[in-house]
Amino acid sequence: MPVQMPDINLGLMLPEILVTLLAMVLLLLSAWYGKEGRGTIGWMSIFGIGLAALAVMASGGSGETTFGGMFVDDQFARYMKLLICIATALPLLISLTYVRDHKMDGGEYYVIILFSMLGGMLMISAGDFIMLYLGLELMSLSIYILAAFKRGDVKSSEAGLKYFILGSLASGVLLYGISLIYGSIGSVAFTDVAHFLANAHGHVSPVIGLGMVMIIGGLSFKIAAAPFHMWAPDVYEGAPTSITALMGVMPKVAAFAVLYRVLLIAFPAMHDQWGPLLQFMAVASMAVGSFAAIAQTNIKRMLAYSSIGHVGFLLIGLAAGTSDGLQSVLIYLTIYVFMSTGAFALVLILNQDGIGDNLTDYKGLAKKRPYLALLMATFMFSMGGIPPLAGFIGKLYVFMAAVKAGMITIAIVGVLFSAVGAFYYLRVVKYMYFDEAESPFSMEVSSTSQAVVVLSGVIMLIWGIFPGSLLEWTETSVRIFQ
Amino acid sequence: MLSLVTFLPLAGVLAIIIAARNNAHTARYIALIVSLATFVLSLRLLIDFDTSTAAFQFLEESAWLPAFGITYRMGVDGISLPFVLLTTFLTPLCILASWESIQKMVKEYMIAFLALESFVIGVFCALDFILFYILWEAMLIPMFLLIGVWGGPNRVYAALKFFLYTLAGSVLMLIAIIVLKNVGGTFSIPDLMNVPLDFTLQVWLFLGFFVSFAVKVPMWPFHTWLPDAHVEAPTGGSVILAGVLLKMGAYGFLRFSIPMLPDASRYFVPMIFGLSLVAIVYTALVALMQKDLKKLIAYSSVSHMGFVTIGLFSFNQQGLEGGILQMVNHGIVAGGLFLLVGVIYDRMHTREIAKFGGIVNVMPVYAVIFMLFTMAAVGLPGTNGFVGEFLILLGGFLANKGVAVVATTGLVLGAAYMLWLYKKVFFGIIQSEEVQALKDMNRRELAIFAPLIILIFWIGFYPGPFLEIMHASVEQLLKQSDTIKAGTAAIAMY
Repeated sequence: MPVQMPDINLGLMLPEILVTLLAMVLLLLSAWYGKEGRGTIGWMSIFGIGLAALAVMASGGSGETTFGGMFVDDQFARYMKLLICIATALPLLISLTYVRDHKMDGGEYYVIILFSMLGGMLMISAGDFIMLYLGLELMSLSIYILAAFKRGDVKSSEAGLKYFILGSLASGVLLYGISLIYGSIGSVAFTDVAHFLANAHGHVSPVIGLGMVMIIGGLSFKIAAAPFHMWAPDVYEGAPTSITALMGVMPKVAAFAVLYRVLLIAFPAMHDQWGPLLQFMAVASMAVGSFAAIAQTNIKRMLAYSSIGHVGFLLIGLAAGTSDGLQSVLIYLTIYVFMSTGAFALVLILNQDGIGDNLTDYKGLAKKRPYLALLMATFMFSMGGIPPLAGFIGKLYVFMAAVKAGMITIAIVGVLFSAVGAFYYLRVVKYMYFDEAESPFSMEVSSTSQAVVVLSGVIMLIWGIFPGSLLEWTETSVRIFQ
Repeated sequence: MLSLVTFLPLAGVLAIIIAARNNAHTARYIALIVSLATFVLSLRLLIDFDTSTAAFQFLEESAWLPAFGITYRMGVDGISLPFVLLTTFLTPLCILASWESIQKMVKEYMIAFLALESFVIGVFCALDFILFYILWEAMLIPMFLLIGVWGGPNRVYAALKFFLYTLAGSVLMLIAIIVLKNVGGTFSIPDLMNVPLDFTLQVWLFLGFFVSFAVKVPMWPFHTWLPDAHVEAPTGGSVILAGVLLKMGAYGFLRFSIPMLPDASRYFVPMIFGLSLVAIVYTALVALMQKDLKKLIAYSSVSHMGFVTIGLFSFNQQGLEGGILQMVNHGIVAGGLFLLVGVIYDRMHTREIAKFGGIVNVMPVYAVIFMLFTMAAVGLPGTNGFVGEFLILLGGFLANKGVAVVATTGLVLGAAYMLWLYKKVFFGIIQSEEVQALKDMNRRELAIFAPLIILIFWIGFYPGPFLEIMHASVEQLLKQSDTIKAGTAAIAMY
């Protein structure tokens, strides 16, 4: 039997290779420079992410695969990789001064972020379960470290450890699911699984079903969907705020991309099984996100619950499984990246001199910093889904897709939860606009943070009124699932 | 043209941001000029309006999000035009009324007010469902800020309650809109009026719409946000809330529920009549008990809107036209009453009825004007209130005699609380030095009330031209609610 060499086309992996090289070079440079050059390393990593994004844009997205189908380069991957570059670069930009002030700016800070982004990119392009798992672990391990990056801080260490232990458990569950699938089918490639299921004509052994459920469970942990959300509030609160901003969006982009691939390329035949499962998680997440957030007094915890709620809305579109549903999730996710980063950027700006973590610290902000308050209000109204802001457009498309797919009950539950959710977003506005400041505090706003906040705010307004371009991009990128 | 009227106030917002950096007075003048210009432009609509046709006029259409079937589509007919005019008419008055009473963050106040005007006009002109919904919800943001930032002592509670109540009501409408789009294949409001729907679906859609409109009107028992919002809002906010925002709910019934879901609308008539009667009688009784001027007028609004909903759901020409006219009347009269309360509040900084007494001695002009508005609110012949209420009762009588009889008791109660209020505030001996020191109204204040008084008598003596605007559209509406019924029957037969 002749030995077959897998076809290796490294050109497809150019963005990933660029990021890998950059991360390693920067690791060396940071050792070389010592303390002085650390700011430069931050800028260089942002520049590198920009290069990788250019490489992504230059790639064909033709649907070619390499490494024997392990790595896929298609339009969907292209879109998601661009999104993950943005979702990494924006939090990096706002954290430049924060990490310097909190003495966390060892070069490794940036290098680890780059590695976690690399893991995310590999997940997005995964063509089989092995690639998925490798990417996921690279991303997760990096984020465990980042969560605990403030070594002197008890809460940060606790956050890292908690995330690590629970995350490992989730990875274990995922791996077990994968092994069950492999055991029953004899392959880990998504297309092989789909092929096997299509030929099974409904006679699928329960072992495969169990495996699928475990895989979904493991991935749900990464997107913090209820009932796998327990870690999120503690970790969001304890982690350094700059990392919370990153954690809020980047892993979600990657994990949703993987969910798309697993559910729609490997298991489209089992939509009847995973559809209701996702619907349940969607409702549970929206419920947890809406009700638990009301009780929070810490803004990071509140945003953690709010992100659980947003994941619930995203899962509605995915549960529908139709092309409208898939597109609506991408639209929502893209808007969410800017919305969440913008909000965290403001939290980061305010989080100086030990204040700014509590909601009451926002009292009277409208008088002191009218423009910052206006932007924060924009993000809050947008998250609450109030038109004419982008958050409404995201929710509108999700609900349109849900109704079209016949999930009217879920849509009704969804809008009701969004009305409940509006309460705690409004509370932030209330503190900023209706209350008087309790204690004066000075704020120093770095120009990069300001740029990110203004950019995100403007995007909220533009996509809220003219989301046409967003619709086009997402439409082409979900076409591969048809 | 319509877009110009709708978005001119938004242009004013930009002008204020650019021109009035920290100068409160410039902001005031820009806001006043812009809102007056908007009013003049909207008069142009009235002149060019063709009263002989029921079709939508001044149509504008351009692609917005073709991928999702969402279009930018605007137009007015005889039903929406009165509301557009009411909005453009009341806004300059509100800005004038806020001239001195708003002293903090003047620039932001004017921005919020102009944005509010823009969104509200848009709601009445929108002919695309998503456009309508976006404006309907967007309007909550400036109103929320108006109550919360410039309101009274309990403003935070009132603002949150207002926002959440209306939002919770509206979200179900969104689902109803999406379902309608899936069935009818379009978001276009005129097109959807001709789509036959089966009865069960109509009932569900009606309920979806009903909650959001009933909260907005507000109908009993969804009215509890209103007294709080009214009492805490600044004068201008109260006026626009009573004058225009409450009309949005009734407008929704007129524009969507009745023409698109005629069978369900008829099916739910007993429920609507029942709730309206409770509103008329119960809230009138509640109004009798109030100690706060604004709260009394707020409850009377709920009672008056009960008349309006009876008129709308009587399904005949008299009732519908009376309902629409009464909404305009209520906008003028309740708006005027809130402005009058604002006048006295600016001087005494209290609204407690017991603190007044004998005001007629020190402010005779004010007392006369207040008397005029009281009479109009009570519905005395010769004032606009009489025409509207008479038409409604006539229509109600044709639809259901018992309902009309019970509703009439509301008129009596209305007279009771308004006259009681008038007596307590204006007659009697002067009890406090504060009242003794009151000065009568100045020219700015008189200028605010002059146009309102003219309208009260104009509509009261000669309502013809006002009714003529809506004639054709109301006839068309009645016809529509019958033709669709036939379409439904046809589907049922297949």
